Amino acid sequence: MTKIAVTLNGRATSADVEPRTLLVQLLRDTLHLTGTHVGCDTSQCGACVVHVDGVAVKACTMLAVQADGTQVLTIEGLAGGTQLHPMQEAFREHHGLQCGFCTPGMIMTAVDMVARLGTDLSEGTIRENLDGNLCRCTGYHNIVKAVQAGAHAMGAPAAAAAE
Amino acid sequence: MTASIVTPIGASVRRKEDHRFITGKGRYTDDMARPGQAHAYFLRSPVAHANIRSLDTSAAAAMPGVVGILTGADLAADGVGDLICGWMIHSVDGTPMRMGSHPALAKGKVRYVGDHVAVVIAETLNQAKDAAAAIVVDYDVLPAVAETGRARAADAPQLHEVAPGNTAFSWELGDAAATDAAFAQAAHVIPLDLVNNRLAPNPIEPRAAIGEYDSGDDAFTLWTTSQNPHLARLVLSAFVGLAPEHKLRVIAPDVGGGFGSKIFIYAEETVCTWAAKKVGRPVKWTSDRSEAFLSDAHGRDHITRAELAVNGEGKILGFRVKTTANMGAYLSTFASAIPTYLYATLLSGQYDIPAIHCHVDAVYTNTAPVDAYRGAGRPEATFLVERIVEIAARTLGMDGAEFRRRNFITSFPHQTPVIMAYDAGDYAASLDKALAMADYAGFPARKAAAAAKGKLRGIGLSNYIEACGIAPSAAVGSLGAGVGLWESAEVRVNPTGNVEVLTGSHSHGQGHETTFAQLVSSRLGIPIDQVSIVHGDTDKVQFGMGTYGSRSGAVGMSAIFKALDKVEAKAKKIAAHMLEASEGDIEFKDGRFTVAGTDRGLAFAEVALNAYVAHKFPTSEIEPGLKEGAFYDPTNFTFPAGCHVCEVEVDPDTGETQIVQFVAVDDFGVVINPMIVEGQVHGGIAQGVGQALLEAVHYDGDGQLVTGSFMDYTMPRAENLPSFKVGLTETRCPSNPLGIKGCGEAGAIAAPPAVINALTDALGTEDIPMPATPARLWQIIQARRAVAQAAE
Repeated sequence: MTKIAVTLNGRATSADVEPRTLLVQLLRDTLHLTGTHVGCDTSQCGACVVHVDGVAVKACTMLAVQADGTQVLTIEGLAGGTQLHPMQEAFREHHGLQCGFCTPGMIMTAVDMVARLGTDLSEGTIRENLDGNLCRCTGYHNIVKAVQAGAHAMGAPAAAAAE
Repeated sequence: MTASIVTPIGASVRRKEDHRFITGKGRYTDDMARPGQAHAYFLRSPVAHANIRSLDTSAAAAMPGVVGILTGADLAADGVGDLICGWMIHSVDGTPMRMGSHPALAKGKVRYVGDHVAVVIAETLNQAKDAAAAIVVDYDVLPAVAETGRARAADAPQLHEVAPGNTAFSWELGDAAATDAAFAQAAHVIPLDLVNNRLAPNPIEPRAAIGEYDSGDDAFTLWTTSQNPHLARLVLSAFVGLAPEHKLRVIAPDVGGGFGSKIFIYAEETVCTWAAKKVGRPVKWTSDRSEAFLSDAHGRDHITRAELAVNGEGKILGFRVKTTANMGAYLSTFASAIPTYLYATLLSGQYDIPAIHCHVDAVYTNTAPVDAYRGAGRPEATFLVERIVEIAARTLGMDGAEFRRRNFITSFPHQTPVIMAYDAGDYAASLDKALAMADYAGFPARKAAAAAKGKLRGIGLSNYIEACGIAPSAAVGSLGAGVGLWESAEVRVNPTGNVEVLTGSHSHGQGHETTFAQLVSSRLGIPIDQVSIVHGDTDKVQFGMGTYGSRSGAVGMSAIFKALDKVEAKAKKIAAHMLEASEGDIEFKDGRFTVAGTDRGLAFAEVALNAYVAHKFPTSEIEPGLKEGAFYDPTNFTFPAGCHVCEVEVDPDTGETQIVQFVAVDDFGVVINPMIVEGQVHGGIAQGVGQALLEAVHYDGDGQLVTGSFMDYTMPRAENLPSFKVGLTETRCPSNPLGIKGCGEAGAIAAPPAVINALTDALGTEDIPMPATPARLWQIIQARRAVAQAAE
């Protein structure tokens, strides 16, 4: 067993893990943060996307020991207290989810997309950048709308502050 | 309370359930951890067909962390029954279908890759996997047959002794003589051979199960990814024999999509429940995606030869169909109903066809079982009807829309030659609206513009119909169903006026917590946040038939509606006493009980409180409390129908298809929440486009699954799809009190022929198989170019 320490959703956390433990297993099985999901075993579906040091990572492709010393953000840590993150709000407002299973990964991917590409995202850009996330319920139509609206909303406070 | 805070039917209210899903607080089966739970791993057959000469678990049992290893011999010793198929089909010769034995763990023989050989239960999943690798199985490998078209060949390996020729049943529907007579009158006979490709349902949440046994109460609990927990309990109790119903609680918590694949009662949840008592620990199993490809029931997989008889004016006279349907290695829970009563009964489409005959051979192969997948039989029927109708129009030199219009059923009710009596519809209305939304008239100019860019453009129509609202119990009983298909509801009004609704429907993405609450809110005049919907737990909901076949609105909500009638009736009696008026003078509107013609009235919550306080009415005449239940059995199937239009552009140099527009116009009857309904349409279209362009399950000649992961099986991604243009028309459904037809499967049913009709239009050949991948299209384009060049 190896002892690792991560800052998880803003809180210092430590755990003893087997070297073969995946980050997603650490989150779900050891730390009981079950919002991050597992939908495949080939890193194709993106249901397990979390942020590690601010970058979207499929938590099934990273060993827990590799996360030692990092900042990890999961869907549970995205909202500020009771205030939903604008991207979460946009998924609800635009019906960007049905069964909800792919949703945490979609939202974490979308937030990362904004960080990389800005708040003004075209439909084509969004579709291209959802390449790593599968949804079987929505046909992506409303996810695309939600990501676009959520991105705009993420830009709005910054724009307001700049004025 | 006023009407303004009520959420009416027809409002796109945002979903109540979303908050937990967008914050990571959903509770899916794999999110549960029971105290002391052990982990199950299934050793699966690596070969498609074999006798098991020997099975040695002794070394594995000694591995670290192993709690127990169980095999088919243990099942037999405990008298655990086989998995069943719950729909009896009789062959043409009157004999019952030939059901091969389907044990939850193999008893001496395996019949497909992924078949269950043994289960290892250990402290951790990795320990279970390690131990499974140490089990020694001596397989006497037998020849296998995986291809649908080879199953009945004289030299094909035989799967079940009870089913000679690998034939589960040879079944027919319709009037063969009348159909022959129609063909004798035909000016044109349009032949069509087609394959409906096998699909993997692939909800993103894999199946999972946790079995638990409480020795104190001698009772079991099963948490599982089910679309119908009560049906699971019934089968596990009455047929598999694990426990009496009152000693088995089945909980289907949040379920991450199903699309049919989570209707069925599988080996894994059976074994986890049984094993929990054997090992004295909760036993948890979660499928990984590779296992899902191997062992979730697949969908479709038909080979069909059909002919359409048409007269000189383009009127359809008759339709003759011969289909071979692949059932896989065993008959899954509802497998036999899919290529029969959910398929052949829809072969009339939206058209007035005087004579139809359909013959179906259902065959066993060394592949995973095949059962309902979104649409379940109806996509197969629609693909056939809408392809052959389109080819007929083209053969006669007629516009496809005009040919369809000429054959539409226009008066209702309409009795088809294949059982169904359509109750209401306006097929021209949805066609007209779809053509307008797609600018059908402008297509020739767009095709010419595309050609100028070197692109091949095509447009395709699909005028689908489906039978939903499954289903009148007596009707399905007469057709072989082992269950009735009514639904139940219980409305519990609390003393403070808020309401809990217990429903036998199950939500796994459909938004019932919102739409069902919308119904209650609008009916009782209380805010939607005062209503909660309880489902998915056999200890809470007495009984129910679950969610599939777009039945939750038409049947499930009708049961709630009926229970609300009773609530209102009782509340009126109580209100009459409180208001000292006669019961007949009490009116209920906008959440208030009033005395007709006066300003005297009471809010719903005041009456609710009084129902429990019981001070102001004679309890000798009216029982205290306000809780009513109802069972609702529909009077007919419902018949959603519509028109989908797909326009494609194909790059002849790469074979790549771009869907440049997809228009869907659907008649779902009354719509409760348009936002949710549109979402259902979007998702269905994506699965239909997936079938048409991307998806196919492939087994090789030895029965090895070639498409066993998301690396090999192409799921639609965001980039493969356009934004959809969705519209509605409405004819109220007369067969249920709410006028609902159902919307869950329309997209998956309508889309494949729309896409293929567009592609065949673009490429100028009818011979385009599904999935129409770039490689296939490129080959077709190259072959046609070569032929054209040779002719020059």
